[in-house]
Amino acid sequence: MNSQRRSLVLALPGLGWLTVFMIVPCLIVFFFSFFERGVYGGIEYNFGFDNFLRAAEPIYLSIFLGSARIAALATLIAVIIAYPAAYAISLAPKDRQNTYLFLVMLPFWSNYLIRTYAWIVLLNREGLINKALGGAGIITEPLPILYNDFAVITGLVYNYLPFVILAIYASLQRLNPELREASTDLGAPAWVTFLRVTLPLTLPGVAAGAVFVFVLSIGNFITPDLLGGGRIQMVGNLIYDQFLSARDWPFGAALSLILIFIMMLLLFTQAVFVNRAQQARAAPDG
Amino acid sequence: MAAGAVISLQGVTKRFGGLTAVDGVSVDLVEGEFFALLGPSGCGKTTLLRMVAGFEEPDEGAIHLDGRDMARLGANRRPINLMFQSYALFPHMDVRRNISYGLEMERLAKGEIARRVDEILEQTQLSALAHRKPAQLSGGQRQRVALARALIKRPRVLLLDEPLGALDKKLREQMQLELKRLQHEFGITFVVVTHDQEEALVLADRIALMNGGRIVQLDAPRALYEEPRTRFAAQFIGLTNLFEGRAVAGGIEIAGLGPLQAACDLQAGSACALSVRPERIVLARDRMAEGYNAVSGEITDIAYLGQSENLRVAVDGYETPLSVCVAPDGQADARTDARTGAQRHRVGETVWCHWRPAHGRILTD
Repeated sequence: MNSQRRSLVLALPGLGWLTVFMIVPCLIVFFFSFFERGVYGGIEYNFGFDNFLRAAEPIYLSIFLGSARIAALATLIAVIIAYPAAYAISLAPKDRQNTYLFLVMLPFWSNYLIRTYAWIVLLNREGLINKALGGAGIITEPLPILYNDFAVITGLVYNYLPFVILAIYASLQRLNPELREASTDLGAPAWVTFLRVTLPLTLPGVAAGAVFVFVLSIGNFITPDLLGGGRIQMVGNLIYDQFLSARDWPFGAALSLILIFIMMLLLFTQAVFVNRAQQARAAPDG
Repeated sequence: MAAGAVISLQGVTKRFGGLTAVDGVSVDLVEGEFFALLGPSGCGKTTLLRMVAGFEEPDEGAIHLDGRDMARLGANRRPINLMFQSYALFPHMDVRRNISYGLEMERLAKGEIARRVDEILEQTQLSALAHRKPAQLSGGQRQRVALARALIKRPRVLLLDEPLGALDKKLREQMQLELKRLQHEFGITFVVVTHDQEEALVLADRIALMNGGRIVQLDAPRALYEEPRTRFAAQFIGLTNLFEGRAVAGGIEIAGLGPLQAACDLQAGSACALSVRPERIVLARDRMAEGYNAVSGEITDIAYLGQSENLRVAVDGYETPLSVCVAPDGQADARTDARTGAQRHRVGETVWCHWRPAHGRILTD
């Protein structure tokens, strides 16, 4: 058996899984999106592009833009928090780094829903944060920090932060520490070294983490549902509603396709970006 | 501190946990010299270099540059540059940007930077490669970029960490000459760290041989090779034959071999060793006239190296075989005054090994 055939055999279980549970469902979604909703749900097989035109109506367009805005904010905040954390871990003694990474991943040991519900306990009017601030006399009225954009963004950042830390940590780890020393040696103060050497060379990691948060945030429906209190409609909620409440599967399918397209575009752009960065550094340690 | 010292180290000590990496090193570096820190890995030479560069702080002792204490001066503010072992070229900048980086940090005018970069590109024959990224360069070209990047800062001292370690043998010999040329041209004090004794011998004006965090011998290359002061020095620099024995008047008494002549001012009976370099030994069928130490033995191995032949001789009455280096075809080295006839040595042959008393060194440590 030659090596090409062997790798095909090895890839078969993975390919099979992806085909059955990923490619086929996507094709079904694609197929549905061109038809009409039946009177009692179901599908009327009249081919057309109406669903896509409808998605471009201002009301739906504004939901797309609003989702993108919330996802972008969550991404920005996650990166700003994650970079220093990843940097600190990468500077820690070698034998402690794995412990810190383990702690970063620890939240994943409990369920996503439970962790999101926990934020309700923290953020509500009678919650820990308002109680503590009120008790300390800093505020007289409870802060409105639940069931709004703030709560949704907080929940998204909280959930995806560990992935961003890992992505940035990995790129810092690959950075030859002598590059930073060389910059110092040539007369650069610490912040110049960071801006001109460390940051540019770890941007692929930042991009990987950022795309990850953005893609998962823009399609998320549990966090906006729980922490947005039903008032913050994101694309994810809209799609969820189309399938389960409005029973308009074709429109839901069209919305899903648009969302998938946006995600693919981002992932593709990031892949090209990372590829180029890697090619520029093909040789070991420059 | 000696007059004319650029850098002066006084009792510099560095510990990592329980390990003393550098142990009370004191040494003065002279203006314009090519200095080498030589030693096996883990001897503390790189730590010493990093303390001079400012990347490590000494636990004890002081480092002065031109008489000024460096203790509170960060690595980015010392007029000292380091060429890293990995060269540490910035992979996202082209050659030109790499080289101009250090001058941009000095906030020089754009025109001045461009002029000096052009100048050094010329001097290091890199002009044609100015817009290449480091990944598009060969090992030798990268090394030249790293050198140019450090030299353009016109440092008081240039530190080089294993500068030729990443290059193949041919290129290494070429770059050794190049380094010497540049050092001469720029008149800057160079300090090279290396574990390669040959490199240190070729490059340096003075060599500090280090072992266990200390400088065990500080000498010019020739003196270090010809007059090692310890067994470690004799064995680390080049090859040598060591005979362990006890001092007697005018030489050393070796169990099984009897007395051998050498310059020896030790008290009779004290333990010492005699070091004889392989190339100082002259082989002959018969024992030669007076004026030589002589031991007899049987040739057990011959390694032909083209320009020379390395032989192993099992000596009668002594456990360790002798290493002997001769010109091929049995011709004795031109530096000695003996001839053994143009005849090839064979394994199994019985020979007499001769050397002049002046070519043996008595070592105590």
